[in-house]
Parts: sequence; structure tokens; C-alpha cells
Amino acid sequence: MKLEYAPAPESRSIVDIKPSYGLFIGGEFVDGHGKAFKTISPATEEVLSEVADADEADVDAAVKAARRAYTRTWSKMPGRERAKYLYRIARIIQERSRELAVLESLDNGKPIKESRDVDVPIVAAHFFYYAGWADKLEYAGYGTQPLGVAGQVIPWNFPLLMLAWKIAPALACGNTVVLKPAETTPLTALLFAEICQQADLPPGVVNIVTGAGETGRALVAHEDVDKVAFTGSTDVGRAIAKVVAGSDKKVTLELGGKAANIVFDDAPIDQAVEGIVNGIFFNQGHVCCAGSRLLVQESIAEELLGRLKRRMSTLRVGDPLDKNTDVGAINSAEQLARIRELSDIGEAEGAGRWSPECELPQHGFWFPPTLFTGVSQAHRIAREEIFGPVLSVLTFRTPAEAIEKANNTPFGLSAGVWTDKGSLILHMANHLRAGVVWANTFNKFDPTSPFGGYKESGYGREGGRHGLEAYLR
Amino acid sequence: MVSSSTAAPAGATTGAEFAEITRSDSSLRRFLHGLPGVDQVGAEARAATLGTRSIKTTAKQSAIDLAIRMVDLTTLEGQDTHGKVRALAAKAMRPDPADQTCPAAAAVCVYPDMVATAKEVLGDSGVNVAAVATAFPSGRAALDIKLADTRDAVEAGADEIDMVIDRGAFLSGRYLQVFEEIVAVREACGSAHLKVIFETGELQTYDNVRRASWLAMMAGGHFIKTSTGKVQPAATLPVTLVMLEAVRDFREATGQMIGVKPAGGIRTSKDAIKYLVMVNEVAGPDWLDPDWFRFGASTLLNDLLMQRTKMKTGRYSGPDYFTLD
Repeated sequence: MKLEYAPAPESRSIVDIKPSYGLFIGGEFVDGHGKAFKTISPATEEVLSEVADADEADVDAAVKAARRAYTRTWSKMPGRERAKYLYRIARIIQERSRELAVLESLDNGKPIKESRDVDVPIVAAHFFYYAGWADKLEYAGYGTQPLGVAGQVIPWNFPLLMLAWKIAPALACGNTVVLKPAETTPLTALLFAEICQQADLPPGVVNIVTGAGETGRALVAHEDVDKVAFTGSTDVGRAIAKVVAGSDKKVTLELGGKAANIVFDDAPIDQAVEGIVNGIFFNQGHVCCAGSRLLVQESIAEELLGRLKRRMSTLRVGDPLDKNTDVGAINSAEQLARIRELSDIGEAEGAGRWSPECELPQHGFWFPPTLFTGVSQAHRIAREEIFGPVLSVLTFRTPAEAIEKANNTPFGLSAGVWTDKGSLILHMANHLRAGVVWANTFNKFDPTSPFGGYKESGYGREGGRHGLEAYLR
Repeated sequence: MVSSSTAAPAGATTGAEFAEITRSDSSLRRFLHGLPGVDQVGAEARAATLGTRSIKTTAKQSAIDLAIRMVDLTTLEGQDTHGKVRALAAKAMRPDPADQTCPAAAAVCVYPDMVATAKEVLGDSGVNVAAVATAFPSGRAALDIKLADTRDAVEAGADEIDMVIDRGAFLSGRYLQVFEEIVAVREACGSAHLKVIFETGELQTYDNVRRASWLAMMAGGHFIKTSTGKVQPAATLPVTLVMLEAVRDFREATGQMIGVKPAGGIRTSKDAIKYLVMVNEVAGPDWLDPDWFRFGASTLLNDLLMQRTKMKTGRYSGPDYFTLD
């Protein structure tokens, strides 16, 4: 018998999207000087709202508001008082979690299952966690003085989660922030601004300026910004490093990745298959630490691929608001074009392309879960970050070869190791040049665990006690 | 990958074709310990994720009807009487007296001494009689007594035998003994179908569950079953996940389909639907049939009936509108 799952869409009615949004500066929504731009739902291309494009003057106003809040209130406030605000924000996030999840899925295209069960709960947990640090900074070992005003620029793949990773530690340490969300996903940051108002956060402690690359450039280049935090592509990260070079700004960059997910022949195979799927198809592969290179021991390669393909055939691609959707929409037309281009190159370079049969919606931006077999280190799809649901499969024979191949990349953000042998896990973890090494799991995030990269994946750590270092002196 | 077209053979064959593996205790141990391990955290996370599927409207309706058809309506109490068993058998044939369209349950599951009574009521209604045998639930008796127990139930008319494995032998590594016992009981079953109960609450680890699954499948069991219902925890989603993976892999390796029966602790329609989702996505739709998947349950049936009525009428009726047996 066939068990068809009837559509089970989450209701949109819980979230009230305004026709247009201004900038959040000094605790109030104000009109920007620039022209407004539209933000759309990538699943349907429907226009959701119009958002202000902040120009240099707007950014300057936001930085001034942040400076004022920093000198007058926030830096003088005892840690335990700052903590109260952070706890309050965390609780409001939990209370409004469904609203946040629906809005995130609408604006970003990620499945509601993920925004509901992963993103929003970790966002709340992040604020809870750093609220706990606010009055204990002297025990962290990184000094107790805040830096001042932080200019933060975040990507579109985890709009609200990256906001939490940036804002929670900054505020806990006594800094004020000006944050620029990505141009394709500004809405949850603006809803977060409302939450700041609801929590009675002192005006100017959090400022949100929306816009594209120019806005971000103005923010990181602003001379009264003491700290720059960026998550996004390696190219933009490089540009930011050049802009701030020679200034006394502190910088943390969390950039791209091309993680190896290494499966040994004694791995718990069914869980490894789950881990591979979770590693590359979670969030449509729009994950900087995605396990985009599968390194599988040659002796089990065929069996593992058979199981992986069977599992991929059960992935449900479609409406992000349907509770049974596993893989949602690609975030933008631009990103879709890049994924297509690199996949076509993979095919042209001789790798074997495979996707399960799946019907993609007519409108919006979609790409089926895809894997490439017969990939070698020389292929572009093994070297460049695709940032989409595309897995490159390579094989290895010995642990030494696995380490060599895994490390043979300009990136070094994350890696996964699958084996039943504890000693091999420790050996691999010691030799893999990656900021995070997951053992028998993948893409697991927790506020207590530091996250960050080696080499072209950036520098600085976010999360955990280590995450405080970037915001203290 | 999964050859969905293969019509499975009517029943598993006995252990002969695995002669190489079951030649000695050590060769059998080598094989079972060579099966891929199960990572506990990963298996439980997968089961939990499958549990978040949202089955609504038409999908829920057909899932509830399917679940009713999969119920092995069970009474295994010291206080069982012929009257009680007759009542239960009547309910299995007509679970909802108020609704002709309600399907019948799969079987009635009783102790061997109640088989004749159940058979008398069920006749050729299509509802089977399943009997627990082999010194259920502990399995602590000599082999000839277990075999006599089995034959007794079969002679009384049982269509299905639910045997328990010797967990003591399994846990002390005497796999061949467990294997041979299953083979012997299968022979004693004659034409009756054999379900092999592991009592996963006593085996404890998922690695053990996977090994027991292969052991029972190679020995010729038609079904593998989680629990007796007498030990906690009984059936859980992750245990069932590991068993569904085992039957899926076994078919891939041998072409033979084996059934799965979680038993004990499944009380609500919501739970039952989570199991069906898991069957669908792990073993595949071929297993979505009473021939290949069963629920060992008693209270579950009334909840399924209540939800079924709610789906049809839009209203919940009180528990007094469903029969208690």
C-alpha cells in the first residue's frame, strides 16, 4: 500500500508582515534615505515586503545611536542587569517561536521543520547561554572591558541564527551593535528589532540597517566602529579584511568551507547515511560547514552509495511551509545560477551526476538533491564551495590518505568522521585541520560549543566561552 | 536500489541456505559481530525526526484503517477466561459494531490453552489466531517442553505462533543454541507462521537487536517481534527502526521478505501513525500490509476507532461508545 502524505502546511496567519519596513535606529523604526528594495519568497517569487536600503548617512546615524547607547547606558550597566535583558529577549523568542519560524521559512525558503526544530530553538538557547555569561566575564579569562560599537554583517543562510551568534555575545560583554542582515533575508532581523522594543532594551543598543553590499561596506568602514564581525563568503571576507587593515578595529570572519565527511569501513552505516544526508542536504546545502565532500573508504563505497541513493529518494522537496518538507527552496535566483553552473562543470569534467526522481515546483528557485560520483581532487566541484544541495563523492584507502585529502583544500571549517573505533576518531581529530570535527554526527550546533575556521575559512570563534574573546579586551 | 517489484515468497525458508554461517558457534558469532554497528544517538535521532511527520486528513484516514487491519488484538493474562477470549475474538472481527465499513483486525493473540476457544469464534472469518508459545514470556524451559507447547497450540488451530528466544543464551553469546531453537520451533509450527520475540528491553543495545534480527531471519522466522509486553521498555520507535533496517537489508541480500511486529506500549493512533511513517520510509511501502507489519496491542484498537469516528463525523464521542473487552 502507498502511504501518501497529504499537504500539511503551517499557517501563515500567525505572522503579520508589513507592506514596508524602515531601519531600526535608536530604538525606533525610521525611514532610510535610499530607495526601498523588495524581499521575496524564494519558494514562490511572491513579494513579501519592501525594505529600506540604508545609505552611508543612515549607517552613520545607526553607529551614532549605538555609540550613544554604549557610552551612556550599556557599558555602564552591571553585567547582571544586562543579563536580565538578554534573558527577556530569549524568553520572548521562545514565546514567539512559531511566528519567527514561519517568517524565516517564508523569507529564506528553508523547510518549516528546520526553522521550527533547529534554527529558532538554538537562537533562544544562544541568548540564554550568553545571558548567563554577562555577570561572570571575570571568570572567562578574556578581560572584562567591552570594545564599544560592533558592526556586524550576516548571511542569508541562517538569518536569525547568525543574528543570535553575533548579537548575544556582543551584548553580554557590554558592546552595542549595528547589524546588517543579508539583502534577501531581512525580515526576521526586523521582527527581532520589534522583540528588542518589546523587551524594553535601551534604545540604540541594537540597531538594524538593511541593504546590500554598499550598506555593509559603509558599516565595516565606518571609523567609529570598534569591532567588525562578518559571516559570509570568502571573497567578501577578504574585501573586509582589506578595508579594516591599518585600523585598530578587531575583526572576526567566518567564511566558506568545503568540509570532508569521512566514512570508514567500520562505521555505523545507517547512521552514517543519515549523517551524510544531514551534512549536505540540511538547509538545501546552504551551510558554510556543509559536508560537501564525502570521503568514503573504497571497500564500502559501493554499498554506501546504494544506501545513500535509496535514502535520498525519500527526501521530500517542496513547499517550505509544509511540515513534511525535508528540502526547501534555493534562496535566490543568483545562488541557483551558481549551483547550476558548478554542477554543469562537474558533469563536463567527467563526474557522474545523479539525483532522485523528484518533481520540483513550477515557480520559485529549486534544485534537486544531487550527488556526483567519480570525483577527484582535481575537479572544481571538489575544490569550490557550491553552497547548494550537491555532494561530491571521493574515495580513500587508508586513514593517512583520508587525512591528506580532507586537508587538501584552502578551507578548514569543519569535518566529520564516521567509525566505531574511538582511537581512530581521536587520531583523525588531531590531524584534520578544521575548526570543528564531528564524530559520528554532523551539523550539530550548540551555544556552548565554539565554532570557527582554519585557513580561508576565517578566524575567530563564535559560541562557547571562546566566543566572548571577540568582544572583550 | 530496493527492488520494489519482487513479490516476496509466501514465507521465509528454514536455515539451510545459511549453512556456511551457522556451521559453528564461532562462525555464527563472526557473522553477527561483523554486521555494521548501530550508533545509539544517531538511531534515536532518526526515529525522533520521523516522528515529526505530520499525517493529516486523507492520509490520516487511510493510515488509521491500515493500522486497524494490522492489530494483533492481544490478551495475555493469568486471569484470561474463555468468555473474555470469545469477547475479544468478536471484537477483532467487528471492531466497530456501529460501522460496517470498519475493517477487521489481523489476529487475536492468546495463550495456547485459549486457541481453540478463539478459533471457534473466528472460524474462517479471515482473522487469524496467534498463540504465544515456548514458555512465554521468559522462555525458561527445556527445549522439548517449548516444542510441546508449540505443537499444542498448532494442533488447537493456531495460525501463527509467537515464540520467545532464550535471552540468557543470547546474552552469554551462545548464538547457535538460539538459532537451533528457532529452527526447531519453526519445524514444530508446520504450516503456522512463526513470529520470533526478542524481548528487546532485555537485550538492551541496538547492536544486540540487529544481531538478534539477523539470527531470527536466518533461522526461518516469518516475523521478528520486539517484545512480550511483560518487560519495560517494550516496543520503541528506535528499536523498531533497527529491525526495519534489518528486514530491508535481508531482502536486499536474499530476496526474502520478513515481517516486523512491535508489541507493547503502543497505545494511541498518533503513535501507530509514527510507526507506519517509519515503515514507509525505512523498509518501504511493500511492508505497509498486515502480512508484513503488525501491532501487538490491546488498548490501541479503541483509540484507532475513536479517531476513525472523529475523522468521519467531525466529533469525538466518549469512550463509552467503544466496546471494552
